[in-house]
Order: sequence, then structure tokens, then C-alpha cells
Amino acid sequence: MSIFGYPVLSVLVFLPLLGALFVLLIPKREEKFIKDSTFIVTLAVFGLSLYMFSRFDGGTAAFQFVEKRSWIPEYGVQYFLGIDGISLWLVLLTTFIMPVTILSSYSVKKHVKEYMVFMLILETGMLGVFLALDLFLFYIFWELMLIPMYFLIGVWGGERRIYAAIKFFLYTMAGSVLMLVAILALYFYNHRVTGVYTFDLLEMYKLNIPLKLQMYMFIAFFLAFAFKVPMFPFHTWLPDAHVEAPTAGSVILAGVLLKMGTYGFLRFAMPLFPQATVDMIPVVATLAVIGIIYGALVAMVQKDVKKLVAYSSVSHLGFVMLGLFALNIQGIEGGIIQMVNHGLSTGALFLIVGIIYERRHTRLIEEFGGLSKVMPLFATFFMVVTLSSIGLPGLNGFVGEFLILLGAFKANKVFAIFAASGVILAAVYMLWMFQRVMFGKVTKEENRRLPDMNLREICYMLPMIVFIVWIGVYPQTFLRKMDASVTKLITHIESKSQLAGDLGDLPYHERLYARYFAGDNGDE
Amino acid sequence: MLRILWLVPALPLLGVIINGILALFFERPLLLRKYYEDLEKGVHEEDSHGHGAEDHPLFHHWYRQLVSITGPSVVGAAFFVALVCVLILVKRPPHERVFQLDLFTWIQSGEFRTAFSLYLDPLSSVMILVVTGVGFLIHVYSVGYMAHEKGYARYFVYLNLFTFAMLVLVLASNYLLLFVGWEAVGLCSYLLIGYWYEKKSASDAGKKAFIVNRVGDFGFALGMFLLFWTVGSLNFSEVFPKALEMWEAGTLTPAVATAITLLLFVGATGKSAQIPLYVWLPDAMEGPTPVSALIHAATMVTAGVYMVARSNVLYLMSPTTLTVVAVIGGATALFAATIGVAQNDMKRVLAYSTVSQLGYMFLACGVGAFTAGIFHLMTHAFFKALLFLGSGSVMHALAGELDIRKMGGLKKYMPVTFWTFFLATLAISGIPGFSGFFSKDEILWRAFSSPFGGKVFWLLGTVAAFVTAFYMFRMVFLAFFGETRLSPELKEHVHESPKVMTVPLMILAVLSVVGGFVGIPPILGGSNRFEHFLEPVFEKGAELVPAAPHHFSHSLELGLMVLAVLVAAAGIYLAYHFYMKKPELPGKVAEKYPVLYDVVANKYYVDEIYHAIVVYPVYRFSVFLWEVFDVLVVDGIVNGVGRVLLGTGQAVRRLQTGVVHTYAVSLLIGAVILVGYLIFG
Repeated sequence: MSIFGYPVLSVLVFLPLLGALFVLLIPKREEKFIKDSTFIVTLAVFGLSLYMFSRFDGGTAAFQFVEKRSWIPEYGVQYFLGIDGISLWLVLLTTFIMPVTILSSYSVKKHVKEYMVFMLILETGMLGVFLALDLFLFYIFWELMLIPMYFLIGVWGGERRIYAAIKFFLYTMAGSVLMLVAILALYFYNHRVTGVYTFDLLEMYKLNIPLKLQMYMFIAFFLAFAFKVPMFPFHTWLPDAHVEAPTAGSVILAGVLLKMGTYGFLRFAMPLFPQATVDMIPVVATLAVIGIIYGALVAMVQKDVKKLVAYSSVSHLGFVMLGLFALNIQGIEGGIIQMVNHGLSTGALFLIVGIIYERRHTRLIEEFGGLSKVMPLFATFFMVVTLSSIGLPGLNGFVGEFLILLGAFKANKVFAIFAASGVILAAVYMLWMFQRVMFGKVTKEENRRLPDMNLREICYMLPMIVFIVWIGVYPQTFLRKMDASVTKLITHIESKSQLAGDLGDLPYHERLYARYFAGDNGDE
Repeated sequence: MLRILWLVPALPLLGVIINGILALFFERPLLLRKYYEDLEKGVHEEDSHGHGAEDHPLFHHWYRQLVSITGPSVVGAAFFVALVCVLILVKRPPHERVFQLDLFTWIQSGEFRTAFSLYLDPLSSVMILVVTGVGFLIHVYSVGYMAHEKGYARYFVYLNLFTFAMLVLVLASNYLLLFVGWEAVGLCSYLLIGYWYEKKSASDAGKKAFIVNRVGDFGFALGMFLLFWTVGSLNFSEVFPKALEMWEAGTLTPAVATAITLLLFVGATGKSAQIPLYVWLPDAMEGPTPVSALIHAATMVTAGVYMVARSNVLYLMSPTTLTVVAVIGGATALFAATIGVAQNDMKRVLAYSTVSQLGYMFLACGVGAFTAGIFHLMTHAFFKALLFLGSGSVMHALAGELDIRKMGGLKKYMPVTFWTFFLATLAISGIPGFSGFFSKDEILWRAFSSPFGGKVFWLLGTVAAFVTAFYMFRMVFLAFFGETRLSPELKEHVHESPKVMTVPLMILAVLSVVGGFVGIPPILGGSNRFEHFLEPVFEKGAELVPAAPHHFSHSLELGLMVLAVLVAAAGIYLAYHFYMKKPELPGKVAEKYPVLYDVVANKYYVDEIYHAIVVYPVYRFSVFLWEVFDVLVVDGIVNGVGRVLLGTGQAVRRLQTGVVHTYAVSLLIGAVILVGYLIFG
């Protein structure tokens, strides 16, 4: 239970759902009222999360505001919520980004009521994923958030929305099925060892899972989360989903949904299967680095701004994954900061794209040019966000990328060197795109009289900029709250794994084989 | 009292805020209004330099007067504070001339911690005085030069921001904060090169500058990582003593020292435009001329030299790196100078000249003569800023014309511009008594005599000095002497620039003449006070310098000095012969060696080569990755799997009919699948 005498995390999770019920009661034609109510609900959730933040103790690694109730006792399912220095930032990112996207969605015209209801259900799903500490509960939230997202893309999306929605759904489902199998395997394994049926994550952390089983389960979780991140080569759903999704959908997709993959590694895959994590570093880091470079190169040659930003996400999340698997404090803290950064910067980029899309109904780079002259305020915002995305020191992106590369360099110089080249490429694709959209003369007649940003647009862009600068100038606010949890995670993994070095100088794949599949280590 | 040091960067930042508010809330709406008025009238945009339509109310709005005051005055005030700080510092005994002001912890994670803190010692003292002093003059000059520009406040926002960033760079107490300034000055450079963003060449040049610098920064960042994981800190006050300790203990090996310093030097070649990353600087001349003077001549491009000098302890640990630095510096000095010979655009000549002079500074660093490098950095800031501002004054008078072949005889139309320009030319050519003479001579002598030096380095520098004298006087003769070749309209238009521009020229001219007196070498009866002032910064590193293999006589030093002067005189004479006495000669030479002339005039085709071996292949490869790997391979597999799972592709196609109820059905099916799956899964 919470220290204030009421269950703050539950309120946080279910307030949006309550809001959705309320919005359902509003007559369909009261569009303004529907929008305002939704906005106020999300704002209230954000306010509540800030209050929770002010009471959050950064000095401890333990879960805080814990709520633990038996739910389905026959199967050992619990209603178990809690927050620590890792999930804290993702919860705040979610609650912050929601009112921003709602405000940006005031221009939605089709099925406003359903749209807003889905948005609110989505928020409940997302917050549940970040707060659940029971694997069953986690899985429910994980699937719950799929449905509204599927609808958001499929109903309010662009021309090829059905294709994109199905692709999104299939990818995620494929991952989910694997994860579910692994969760059940874990559940039964735990019962065999301890004699207790439970989905309690913190209990599972205590297990010493045999190596072969660890590896299989790690791979299942890895695929589920890698699809979500998305890691190269599982990324192709992302460009389609982004291009077809409405602006708010893209912002949430990039801002929050992708983070569920990276968060999944931190909360589940890494601490549950420490030895497999350590041994799989070369594979994961290689994919991460390929993703960084590949995403950047492909982003460079895109003709559609949204697709460009989507591929840049692949590159940015490659950085996050590299940081997490550096398995040192700089890498992981940098990775967490970079998750927040990516939510802010890429979210802001999608908002930016949304602003010009609403005016021109196209996102093709060649349709623009010279907008700086027509939309000077927009140009200023766009520039700041662009610079944030390419990691300019003084803005948020730099802090994350720097710490990630610093950590990665300690862990493995070669990976860090290749990854750092992604920083050059980021400047290439972002500045080239910016130049083609904003600089030059206005050549298209349709662009000559585009209105600059209006008050509503300024209102939702400004808070993004504030945090972009804040994290860049004073990251201490953010870093200090995660120290304890990150340190605990690293100690946990280190204490439950041994380095591969004890297997001699065999090549990597032979070492893996020797440890996991040769000999009789399938059972304890 | 030294705590007021924070004001030095803070004042320009205040300028950014004030001018930023003026730009956003006054200039932006006014410009937008004018844009729509022009649109109504069907007026087509005036030329990119924004001349014309100056009677528009926009140009008489009070915000412009305010910008004209705040823009320069914050930098002037910063100069004043900097001067006070340096004077306080100098009052201390030489070994206590270090002051660190911790403001706040910036990034901390595990054992890594960097603070936002400022570091004042003799080296940063020189830098802040140059940055704020020369910067102030250029800000004042800009008030006149940019008066007809529409984006007036925007210009000063960028220029103030640059000054702030540059001060952070030189006052940083650690490598990471230095890197912040380092990238931020790059940003300002990008914004100012692309100031006339409607011009494609301008925005291209800005982008090129940023990206080429990023390549350098890539090396710099890796250098920082290696340094941190080797020494355990990035703070200057800890890195150098600790590195020395580890060096003596043998835990810091020469190989690692070489790797660290080489990587940092990669960053320097980007920022300070050295081979192979110099290509952005000539293009950077697309920016307004005061920007070229401040950023691309006097201050930002010298950041690499500053960084190497700051890291002297590390560099002296690796003779290999020193040799690389000296070779790159010497080669760049000569290479860029030869390109300068065949350029006809005044600013381009000066740009290559800057690249070449920066090469001298690195040559100095590479032979371990860091003081000489910094000395040349300072004198160069004076005379090169003056040359650029002079070319700006010419440009201002000639409605943007920069081709020296179309000038001639400007001496009588623009006496102040001519005389100041001429004095700066004497300084850069190394004429005795002028500032450039002392600093360049110091470098050449050290290149010859230092334990890390050698005759080859001296020869490179001396030949480059000859070429320098030649191309500079070629330009002066063509532009200011002889019969005028101006078109009749321009002849009407040509005028001396207003006071607000000529006064800074005169002040810089004085500095170009007397600026070298602080460093008169003992052999000429001076005491080189500049070197003594900087000594504490370099004495730790000096312990690593091996004893000179042999002693050189004073007569040799004097002899070489005389030789250098004769070489410069020869260069001047050659220019006189070619461009005053026999103006038909250059054309004949070009005809006689067409290939050579073509290669030099086209800047050795380096841009084209880079395009062919880097830019184009990367682009094609990326297209391949996208169109083949992403779309065909990965998506091909995914869609194949998807088709199998969903039954047939037909079903998918039928779903895309645009009829609402089919969507509803599809949603329902999705939901049913999901629920069923949740129940039975």
C-alpha cells in the first residue's frame, strides 16, 4: 500500500480507464467537451505522477508505493504494482506525453469519441506495463495496450493503414506468444524448484535457472522485446506503422511503446536470465550497432519525412540497446536517459511532421522547401528538435549518447567506435532533411501562404522543448534518482553470472555451445 | 574577486536572450508582415543579400536600435570583465596563476563526473581576451555591415551565442565542457554560414561545415573516452598530473598516449581546418563577412590549436603524434597557400590563407613550441580579422563584388580600408616590425631548432612564407593598385565605409602592427614577455622534452631570420613583377602550364575526390540497403509469413476497400483472435 494511505499507483493506472468510461457517456456530438475532458484527465494523471515523483526516494533500490494483493490465488496470480528508479522515468514520460498528444489531437475529425477512448485505454495499458511486478499482470497490460494501438493505426491511419496495422499486430503477437510460453515455463520451473505457484517477479529474480533453460527463455523474451524495440532486423513494421499512424499514434508509438521493449530487457530479460544476458552480449551488441548504422543510412535516403524519422528511431534505439548491454553504470544510465530522450525528441519530431502534414496533407520532402521564411516560429522549434535529435551538447540527446558510448567504450572498444560513427550519420540525415524542408526558396505555390504555428501547437511543443533543454543542461535531476536501482541491477547480474573467460580462448560460438549445449547441464 | 569570471560567458548569453526575445517577438512578425505585403504586391524577392527596399518601416523600428546596442555591448562588457580578471590573475605570483570556479555538477554517473566549471590560467587568459576583444570589434563592425539585413536581430543572436560558446570552450575546466563549447561553436558556425538560408550554396556550405566537423568530433569523442578510461578523469586539474604520474610509473604507455593524442588531433583537424578535413572552411565564406572574420579566422578555427596546447603534457608524451601534428601542419601551410595563389575571390584567398596560417600554428605545436603557436594564434587573430573586415568593407562598397579581377585602383576610393588592409598584409607577409613577423619567425626558428623539429619543417614553413607573401600582394596589387577595372555603375556606387566599420579596422590595424611587441625574442633585444607569461602552463610538459641535441649559435638564428625576410621580399617582388609591371605574364604562365594551373585553380579537385570516394558510394549503398535489403529481403519474408498466417493475400486486399463495415469486421476479428488467445493461450 502507499504511504499516503491511498494506492497512488493504482489510481495512476486506472484513472485514464475511468476517464475513458466517462468519455463514453458523453454524447458523440459534444466533440469539444470530449476533447477537453480527455485532456483534463491526462493532465490530472500527469499531476498525480508528479506528486508521486516528489515523494519518490532516490536513495533506495527497493520498489516503492508497492501494492500487493492476491488476485487469483489458485494460480498464484497477484495484483502487484511497484515503481523503482528505472520505471519511474518511463512512467513520467508516459504521463507527460499523453496530454501533449491529446492537445495535438484536437484537430482529429473522424470518430472523435472513439479516438479519445482508445487513447485513454492506451494510457492505462502503458502505465500498467511499466508498473506491474507480477508476470501475469504484466502480460495482461502488455496485450491490453496492443488493442487500442491497433485500432488507432487501423482506423485513423493513412491510406495503407490496414496493412500497417496488421503488420504491427502480427509482429507484436509473434513476440508475445514466445514471451507467454517463456513466462509459463518460468512459472512451472519456479513451482518445481520452490513448490509454490507464483507469477511474482521478485520471487523469480531469486531463481538460479539452469543454463540451457535460461538461454531458451532469454531467446523467447529477447525476440518479444526485440520486435518491440525494434532491433535490426526486426524493424520493418515500424516505418509502416509510423507512416500510417495518425500523429498522436506515432508520438505514442515512438515515445512510449518502443520503450516497452527496452524496458522489458531491463526489468525481465536481463535480471531473470543473467548468465544468458552476459553470454549474449556480443550478439545483442552487434545487432544494436548494425541497427545504429543501418537505421541511419536508410533514414538518409528516405523521401517521406515520417519514414525518415522512423528509421532514425531504429538508429537511436540501437544506442539504447548498446548502452543497456554494456552492463556498466554509465551504459545503463545513459540507456535509460536515452529512452526518455528518444521519447521527447522523436515524439517532438512526429509532432513537427504532424504540423506540416495538417497544412499540406503530404509528408514528402520534395513537396517542401523554404518554409523557414513562411513559418519562422515553426523553423525555430524544428531546429531545436533537430539539434536535440543529433545529440548537440547542451540538449538532451548528448547526455544519453555520451554516457552510452562512454559505457560501451569501457565494455568493448570496437562496438563503441562503430556506434560513434552513427553520430556523424545522424547529422547527415537530419540536417539534409532540415535543409530540404526549411531552407532554400519557396518553390511550391501551395507553400507560399502556410500559416505559422498557432497557440495550441505552441502550447504542446513548448513543454517538450523545456525538457529537451533541462535534460541537456541539468541531467542530475534525472540521473540521481536512478543510481540505486541501476547499481542494484548490475550487482544482481554480476553476482548471478560468470564471465565467459573461464572457457578458454575458444571462438565465441564454440564457447556458447560448450556452455549451454555440450555436456549435461540441462537440469539441476 | 575572481569569482566574477562567470560573467564573462554569462554576458554574451544575456545578449542571446535579449536579442532572442527581440528577434522572436518583434523581428519575426515584422518580417512576416513584409513577406505578405510583398506577396500581395507580387514583388519578387530581392537578391539574397537583402539590399533594396530599405525604406520599409521594418528598417526603422526601434528594436533595431536596441539590438545595435545590446549586441555589441554585452561582448564589450565581457571584454571588460575578462580584462579585470586577467589583471587580478597577473597580480599573483606566476605559479599561482590558476583559478577554478565550480558552478554545478553537470553529468555524473558512477565514477564519471564532470562539472560545469571555469578555469582561468595564462593560456585561457590570452584566449578570452582575444575572443572578447576581437569579438567586440567585429560586433561593432557588424552594426554597420548588417544594417541593411532583414534578419538583423537573428544575426546578433547567433553572433552572441557564438561568443558565449567560444568562451565556454576556452574557459572549460575539463575536456567534456570544452567539447560542449567545441560543438556549440560549430552550431553557430552552421547557423551563420547558412544565414542567407534561401541561397542553396549557403545552406549547403553550412551543412558541409557541420558534417565535416562531426567527423572530427567523432575522433575527439573517442579520444575523450580513451583518456577517461585510462587516466580516470577529464578535468584538466587532475588529468595532467595524473597522466604524468602514470607515465613515470609506466602505467600509461606511449602507445596509449599516442592513440589518445591522435584521436584528439582528429578533432582538431576538423575544427581548425587541417588536411584532410579542411574542405569546409573555404565554403564557409558563404556566411556574412564579419562572421568569416570572427569565426572562420580569428577565433573558432583556432580552437584546435588551443586544445592541443592545453593538452601539451599528453602530446609531449608521444613523439609520434608530435611528428604527425607537425607534418600535417607544415603540409597544410604549404598546400593551402598554393591554392590561394590561383583564387580570384577575395574571401576565398583569405580562407585558404587562414587554413595555411593555422597550419603554421600546428607546425609550432608539433615541434613542441606551444607558446609560439599561441603567439601566432593571437597575432593572426588581429591581422586576419582585419583582412576579412577589410574585404567586407570592399564588398560593402562594391555591392557584393568580390572578384579581384574586376577591382583595381580601389586605393583612392577607400583610403582607410586600403591602408588598414595594407598594414595587415605586411603583417601576414612577415615584414620586420609587424606582429606577424615575430610570431612567424618564432615558429620557423623553433621548427629548425627544437628537439622535435627538423630542417624539413623549417623548409616547409619558409616556402609557405614565400607563397604567402606572393598571394597576399597579388591580391593587394590587383584590388587596390593600378587602373580601376570597375564597371561604370560600380564606379558611381563605390564609397568608403561608415565610421562604425572603419574604426574597428583602424584599431585592428594598430594591433596588427604592435601586437607582436609582447613577444620580441631576446636575440632582437626583447625579453619575450609573452612566453614568460605562458610559461606556467607549459612547464609541466617541458619536463618531458628531451635536451636539445646540439646548441645553435645566435648568428645562425639571425641568419635564418634574415633569410625569412628575404624570402618574403622575394614573394612580394614576384607579385609586383607579375601584377604591376607585366600584368600579361600570369595569363601566359597559365597558358604554358595548363594542367598545373587547372589543378591548382580547381583546388586540387579534393572536393570532387571526396565526393567520388565517400559521399556518392555511401549514398548508393544506403539506397541499396533500403530498396533491396529492407523492402525486398526483410519485408519479403515478413509479408510471406503474414500471407501464410492470414490465409491468402486476397483477404488483405479485400480489407482495403474503404467501406466502413469491412473495417469494423476486421477489428472484430482482431479482437476475437485476441480474446480467444488470452483465454486459451
